[in-house]
Amino acid sequence: MTPAAPLRWTRKDLLGIAELSPAEIELVLDTADSFAEIGERPIKKVPTLRGKTVINLFFEASTRTRSSFEIAEKRLSADNINFSTSGSALEKGETLVDTALNLQAMAPDLVVIRHGHPGVPHMLASRIKAGVINAGDGAHEHPTQALLDAYTIRRHKGRIAGLKVAILGDIEHSRVVRSNIHLLRKLGAKVTVGGPRTLMPVAMETMGVEVAFSLDDAIRDADVIMMLRIQLERQGRMSFPSVREYFQLFGLTTERLKAAKDDVIIMHPGPMNRGVEISSELADGPYSVILEQVTHGVSVRMAVLYLLSGVHEETV
Amino acid sequence: MSKLLIHGGRVIDPSQGLDGDFDLLIEDGAVAKIDGAIKKPKDAEAFDASGRVVSPGLIDIHVHLREPGQEYKETVRTGTMAAAAGGFTAVACMANTEPVNDNRSVTELILSEAARWGYARVHPIGAISKGLQGEELAEIGEMLRAGAVAVSDDGKPVMNAELMRRALLYAQHFGVAVIQHAEDLTLTGAGVMHEGEWSTKLGLPGIPGAAEDVMVARDIILAEDTAGRYHVAHLSTARSLDMCRRAKAQGLRVTCEVAPHHLILTDEEVAKSGFSTNTKMKPPLRSERDREALVNGLADGTVDCIASDHAPHHADEKDVQFNLAPFGILGLETTLSLCLDRLVRPGILSLPRLVELLSTGPARVLGLPGGTLKPGSPADVTVFHPGEKVTIRAAAFRSRSRNTPFDGWILHGHPVATFLAGRRVEV
Repeated sequence: MTPAAPLRWTRKDLLGIAELSPAEIELVLDTADSFAEIGERPIKKVPTLRGKTVINLFFEASTRTRSSFEIAEKRLSADNINFSTSGSALEKGETLVDTALNLQAMAPDLVVIRHGHPGVPHMLASRIKAGVINAGDGAHEHPTQALLDAYTIRRHKGRIAGLKVAILGDIEHSRVVRSNIHLLRKLGAKVTVGGPRTLMPVAMETMGVEVAFSLDDAIRDADVIMMLRIQLERQGRMSFPSVREYFQLFGLTTERLKAAKDDVIIMHPGPMNRGVEISSELADGPYSVILEQVTHGVSVRMAVLYLLSGVHEETV
Repeated sequence: MSKLLIHGGRVIDPSQGLDGDFDLLIEDGAVAKIDGAIKKPKDAEAFDASGRVVSPGLIDIHVHLREPGQEYKETVRTGTMAAAAGGFTAVACMANTEPVNDNRSVTELILSEAARWGYARVHPIGAISKGLQGEELAEIGEMLRAGAVAVSDDGKPVMNAELMRRALLYAQHFGVAVIQHAEDLTLTGAGVMHEGEWSTKLGLPGIPGAAEDVMVARDIILAEDTAGRYHVAHLSTARSLDMCRRAKAQGLRVTCEVAPHHLILTDEEVAKSGFSTNTKMKPPLRSERDREALVNGLADGTVDCIASDHAPHHADEKDVQFNLAPFGILGLETTLSLCLDRLVRPGILSLPRLVELLSTGPARVLGLPGGTLKPGSPADVTVFHPGEKVTIRAAAFRSRSRNTPFDGWILHGHPVATFLAGRRVEV
């Protein structure tokens, strides 16, 4: 259906899934396969990125994504340093452009960036020579999350094409949902998004998805259910009256899960709010692949770091 | 007695339904005669307008000159130079300076700066409310006596309905328009671009069209009850346009202006430009459906004039992430070329209708002098080439700022010269 996979990765940056071809996505997933085994060795380190410098630039709090990148970098023997800064301190002082120029002056090979504002990785990428990996820009994209989700789905289902995937929760504020929609649609899955109308962007259907406003409709016959975190800190705009009412309407419970396929898998990008979007019983239950996602995240990020570092070209 | 003969051009003057090959004789700063072939008086200078269009001086009733207070963005001097370079002989400047133009002394300062440089006529617009705070009326009468021509809190909407009602009543003592930046800020929230397909895809907070529409709806009701004179600044949505159309049909004294960028670009431009902050303005670039409605509104007469909302910002202010950048782009030096290329060239608008939207129309909206070449009127004249290729070069702008999304655009048609009271403006 799609043309043959490219043999080489040619992009300087990984800014989003929107611009990737299906073949590029599959290249990352296949590459991740070959790195997965490293995490199972007693000595979890290969020399692949020795001598490469990676800067992890996090303008927004992150535990999981940042640690995952750090571990991936260390397993590849890259030299890495972390800049974490609260957005507000930086916004008042140095501009992003100055930050970019200062980074460039230190000649890193790769910069992993998370920022609360959409488009910041793009801006950085246009100003510096280093490859830029978007680790989340506002509610725009989070490409490595979508890639690790796809990797996880592929491991369980053997394919992406033809699956029915339901993504539920706070769609408006989620970068995970946008990257996942792009990726899953490119690889042939059918995506339904669901959640309260107050947290649903106005033109969601223009992204090629079905929109459901009840949890039961959304998860009917689903092969995969992805729960999104309710971003309690962002709910200042009258989106729902209470966590209690939210859970009644959109919380995933064992009872409700019956509408999905028997072999459904439940995913969550974390961090979870137990008892808000998902019951503890399900989060820890047999359908949950939530911790596997975290494990695969390291392999997928190793693959991305490797492909963007250009090492594979130098060794050709 | 100084004389100037502008000859050989196509004279278009919508104020007298004139469109044809005429010569224009100017004496002592006023239009003396328009005729088929005027013999050049011996003591007259001549300007050859062959192949060009000669029109009443263009008027932009919505610009920000930034002086006093933000001279690093623009000054009266550089802003009026930009006006002249763009073919405009007059501008009306908004009150959101520092300090705010909410009293006579600021109005007088702007006028004295304008007179000192003499590149274009400047008509200050006074604030509706003191300090643009939206709480109490500014000294509107004093400002108008000093030379202001209308009132507006532009940059900010008048959110308080009772203040708006009183402004519409009070302004009638002076016969001036109340200009509203129509935006319900509670609906805007943290929005930075039009709420629609592209805000959804880009994950940027949206500004719904309803933010404009509910304000226009409210204000039209107030204009009806007060019999006030109401003008919608930079109208950007199909629904607001419809409401203006109905209000006009009803006989209300309601007018509206549209900015060139809303006629040419849509919200998709934010994505296509890769989050360029030169696609960020208020109101935001709207949907294609809105854009088409506005273009139709030009043709069917609902839109009274085109106004650029020339909003200079320093490069350092715009060279930040999209969410943090200030709203606004330049307009004075691109408006005419954009309209000629994108509206007249494809046959959407006739050339006389465009001239009307840029001269006679804006003069009528604010009751300004100009917008006409009738004998006896001040000889404010614009000469432009209707179809010659030109490349927009922001680096060459007379404006002090460079914030335009049109840099590098190749367009057809451009200004050639402006004359202010018969004197050629050199910039």
